[in-house]
Amino acid sequence: MLKDVTIGQYFPGNSLIHRLDPRFKIIITMIYILMLFTGSSVACLAVGAAYTMIAVFLSHIPLKMFWKSVKPLLPFLFITALLNILLVDGGDVYFKWKFIKITSEGVNISIFMIIRIVLLIMGSSLLTYTTSPITLTDAIERLLSPLRLLKFPVHELAMMMSIALRFVPTLIEETDKIMSAQKARGAEIDSGSFMTRAKNMISILVPLFISSFRRADELATAMECRCYNGGEGRTRLRQLKASARDVIALIITLLFYAAAIAVSIVFNRLMK
Amino acid sequence: MGNIIEISGLHFSYPADEGAEASEVLKGIDLTIKEGEFVAVLGHNGSGKSTLAKHINAILLPTEGKVVVNGIDTADEEHIFELRQCAGMVFQNPDNQIVSSVVEEDVAFALENLGVPYDEMRQRVDDALKAVNMYDYRLHSPSQLSGGQKQRIAIAGIIAMQPKCIILDEPTAMLDPQGRKEVMATIRKMNREQGITIVLITHYMDEAAQCDRVVVMDKGTVALDDTPRKVFAQVERVMEIGLDVPQVTELAWELRKAGFDISQGIITEEECVEAVRRLFSDKQLIRKEV
Amino acid sequence: MAILETRQLTYTYSIGSPFEKTAVDHVDLKIEEGEMVGVMGHTGSGKSTLIQHFNGLLRPTSGTVLLDGQDIWADKKKIRDVRFQVGLVFQYPEYQIFEETVFKDIAFGPRNMGLDEKEIKRRVLETAHDIGLKEELLSRSPFELSGGQKRRVAIAGVMAMEPKVLILDEPTAGLDPAGRDKILEHIRQYHERRKNTILIVSHSMEDIAGFADKILVMNKAKLFCYDDTEKVFGRAEEIAEIGLDVPQITKVFMELKKQGLDFGKEVYTVPYARDLLLKHLNGGAE
Repeated sequence: MLKDVTIGQYFPGNSLIHRLDPRFKIIITMIYILMLFTGSSVACLAVGAAYTMIAVFLSHIPLKMFWKSVKPLLPFLFITALLNILLVDGGDVYFKWKFIKITSEGVNISIFMIIRIVLLIMGSSLLTYTTSPITLTDAIERLLSPLRLLKFPVHELAMMMSIALRFVPTLIEETDKIMSAQKARGAEIDSGSFMTRAKNMISILVPLFISSFRRADELATAMECRCYNGGEGRTRLRQLKASARDVIALIITLLFYAAAIAVSIVFNRLMK
Repeated sequence: MGNIIEISGLHFSYPADEGAEASEVLKGIDLTIKEGEFVAVLGHNGSGKSTLAKHINAILLPTEGKVVVNGIDTADEEHIFELRQCAGMVFQNPDNQIVSSVVEEDVAFALENLGVPYDEMRQRVDDALKAVNMYDYRLHSPSQLSGGQKQRIAIAGIIAMQPKCIILDEPTAMLDPQGRKEVMATIRKMNREQGITIVLITHYMDEAAQCDRVVVMDKGTVALDDTPRKVFAQVERVMEIGLDVPQVTELAWELRKAGFDISQGIITEEECVEAVRRLFSDKQLIRKEV
Repeated sequence: MAILETRQLTYTYSIGSPFEKTAVDHVDLKIEEGEMVGVMGHTGSGKSTLIQHFNGLLRPTSGTVLLDGQDIWADKKKIRDVRFQVGLVFQYPEYQIFEETVFKDIAFGPRNMGLDEKEIKRRVLETAHDIGLKEELLSRSPFELSGGQKRRVAIAGVMAMEPKVLILDEPTAGLDPAGRDKILEHIRQYHERRKNTILIVSHSMEDIAGFADKILVMNKAKLFCYDDTEKVFGRAEEIAEIGLDVPQITKVFMELKKQGLDFGKEVYTVPYARDLLLKHLNGGAE
């Protein structure tokens, strides 16, 4: 089950998108989100969709993967769409029965909403699919580094995040092992009444906590042995260097953003 | 060669819990280790060997006595990073000492902390990875590696600091035979080719037999300290402490007890084969039988 | 009749993904009641996957596992009973301890079996005795104990279910020689008293050579061999070739044989080697 989650997953590769500076990728993604939410016209979304498709194409990541990241959110999309259809009133009435009323405005808005959310998910998935979590953490640390002046613990947070990422596979494996061990002693975890299952969760959580504390303790000693002393005066092996490519990508994104706004304005005029 | 580690009159007790009495873990240890030596520290669980190891790079400080490493007193807080750079430490559990999700970044961790400039860092990381034979794995995630490989990464992370001395606290205890062989070969290579002083804490007698010198700890003191040959020759004493001797040493000892003339200092298979052959050199019985 | 049997047992991980891997490949095996079996194989040989089939933690991709002649997966709902009959102690079992007292932790398995308090108490006391835990320890928190003691508490937790078959995955990993000998000795005593079937997984041939009746060797997902200990050691060279450690003493006798000094016997323990040599040295061969 844990293996099926694709949100936040990384697909190693060497495409143009993969090679972009992660700091720029984060900024570009933010502009992209703004683009999706500025205009409220179909034309604006069409520009956004075109932009997304080009980016997806350049990333060499199969469309199937994006479908996988959208799929878990389908129920949520469905409910949002349904609420919009039922609650928004305006335009032509397509269907009416007692208090249920479906109007053209409601249908338009719900389709619009779905496209917007799907594009949003695709764009942010593109960021995580093409950027390893550790690189992403690193980029966030650097983007936030001005906050250090305000005594915000940027380095510490980034260190915590990267250690957490490092230990995710270890802890998944460990949970699996402890679960098997308790099952071998007859603990019912997948079956049995709610109460027994809850009680048996304790037999997994307690060992897991204890071992995590032990790991944390040992890791802290090992870090000390390797001269760890906070973020002060640290240099990095991972060098982030922005190149012309990154700047061009940023400019193209801004152009798309401008185009989206322009198209919206024109479109709105025409509609009137 | 000079002494790299000088321990004199070392006593250590863990701070007592409320109401409980502090128990002394190390009870007066005097030990000097020369530069370039390959020393094994043996002892059963609770003999104080890990506690001793943690004193060498100031993870613990003596309650009484003194530890000096490469001329730096471990109690001297001002030079603590210099000390830790000079005496690196590798622990038992390979998972709990790897910090980063990318192999090469983990190897670079200490250098990043020390503020080594990029070009030099790149060079030292690559050299360290090549030295432990893991260069091809530099971009892998540690979770994809075997126990022996992870432990070699941990060693690379230490040698990137260019230490004079490495202390390894049971580095092979959690590994399979293959992993143990890899790690031991790596350690030996570091000692031979780079002249790094090695302090290897272990339970495995065959590992100790490969060292220049064996220090046996018992109840917080140094019980035996000599070449592996001379330490293992004292079979009864070693067993009394709760440790093993290599099987070949045990066999030679048994035969000696039964009145046969066989050397006491046998620690390798070759020596044992040779000794048994000598015992049978005047006997033709076996050959006739074959 | 064999207590445990596998027929064409096959297990494949992550079917259909790029990580697909067959960990156990058509294994046929019969383990007789009351035997003490050593299980060997290097990491990734499939031995851990194999033993997790014996108590139904893993379900075969194809093939069957029989306990007492019954297919354990015949009725899926009864799989929990199989786990009580085939006790499995994992590697580093001390990391599964969670109760406040040693007594409660050992009682966890028996309690899950639905036994009454009196029976639970009898079993806890008996197994604690078997594994060498003093009674006054039972009321203590398991987390205050030494590493070796914790390991024994965890092993007792499985023994207390009084399984017909007890499987221990590297019960001595990471222990010092004294701790290792103690645990092996207690397992041997337990075996002698209860006469049940025991499987011990170990990397160290030296550990199991001394007391296993039979040795099972896995290599590359296949059953490499399963035979009497002496016969398996007769193939010591092949075993060394597949990357397993052969006891030092066996290596010495292999070398002696090469040099023309053949004692005609497989040697794998020091006392045996001593007796063999002494017999030939004092008054020659029989």
